Amino acid sequence: MHPNLTLPLLTAVLSLSLSSTSFAGPRDELLAQYASAAKAADPAFAGFSAVRGKALYLQTFTGGKPDTPSCTICHGKDPRARGQTRTGKSIEPVALSASPTRYADPAKVEKWFKRNCTEVMGRECSPREKGDWLSFMAGQ
Amino acid sequence: MNIPYRPLVLGLLVIGFSALVLGRAQAGGGHFYAPVADAVVKEECGGCHLAFAPSMLPARSWTRMMADLKNHFGDDASVDPATAKKITNYLTANAADQVGTRYGNKLLRDVAPGQAPLRITELPRWVKEHREVSASEWTQSTVRSKANCAACHTGAERGYYED
Repeated sequence: MHPNLTLPLLTAVLSLSLSSTSFAGPRDELLAQYASAAKAADPAFAGFSAVRGKALYLQTFTGGKPDTPSCTICHGKDPRARGQTRTGKSIEPVALSASPTRYADPAKVEKWFKRNCTEVMGRECSPREKGDWLSFMAGQ
Repeated sequence: MNIPYRPLVLGLLVIGFSALVLGRAQAGGGHFYAPVADAVVKEECGGCHLAFAPSMLPARSWTRMMADLKNHFGDDASVDPATAKKITNYLTANAADQVGTRYGNKLLRDVAPGQAPLRITELPRWVKEHREVSASEWTQSTVRSKANCAACHTGAERGYYED
């Protein structure tokens, strides 16, 4: 191989393989946006919490539609497993490690947060809730 | 000239009979409803259920459905106006009464011109085709819903709905 290509190529390959489960690039921007919105809503905001995200994921709500009181109804108790919509269609796991291409399209993320939070909770998720939820999924 | 009438008539009868019987054996001719070929439509309409073949409903049904996405079978399936327009154009252009497919027309049987049904599974022809499926089969965890075509029609995503 041409010697001048080896190092850049090696760097590219390494960084690609190492970034597969990190929240790199567009996902970072998305989280940063949620963080600044969360800070604006509450000056005491000190960062997202995967622990809060997990609690949100598993929680049962009463404000939404009766047949979807929790994220787990469609996405399953285990974020690494495939989910199932109420019409039986298979859903890719929500855990980033199991679905490495997830959460890279901010518009798509926002669309599904809007729809699903409304279905489950009867309201939109706050920026803090969204960031917490994503932080939980990034580590799963 | 001595025309061999009997062999000719017999030959034609055999050909005619074969055509009738074997007509269903055309390659790709079995119950085929072309799947959604547009990436945007497939993405937006296939998130929660199989992106249903546009040729399963008449254009007026798709128009009606796209005009009220906020009340999409109990869910808010709204999309931005530009995307909605794109989807509507695609669905209506490929609707049952637009593409003249054999099976699209069949599904439209008994649907009055003024009707714009929204549920494929309530079309008289659909109901008739699935009348032998029992209630317990629909509620099995592997099926769950009448909208889950692929549970039994393994070729559904490619447009095939053989038994």
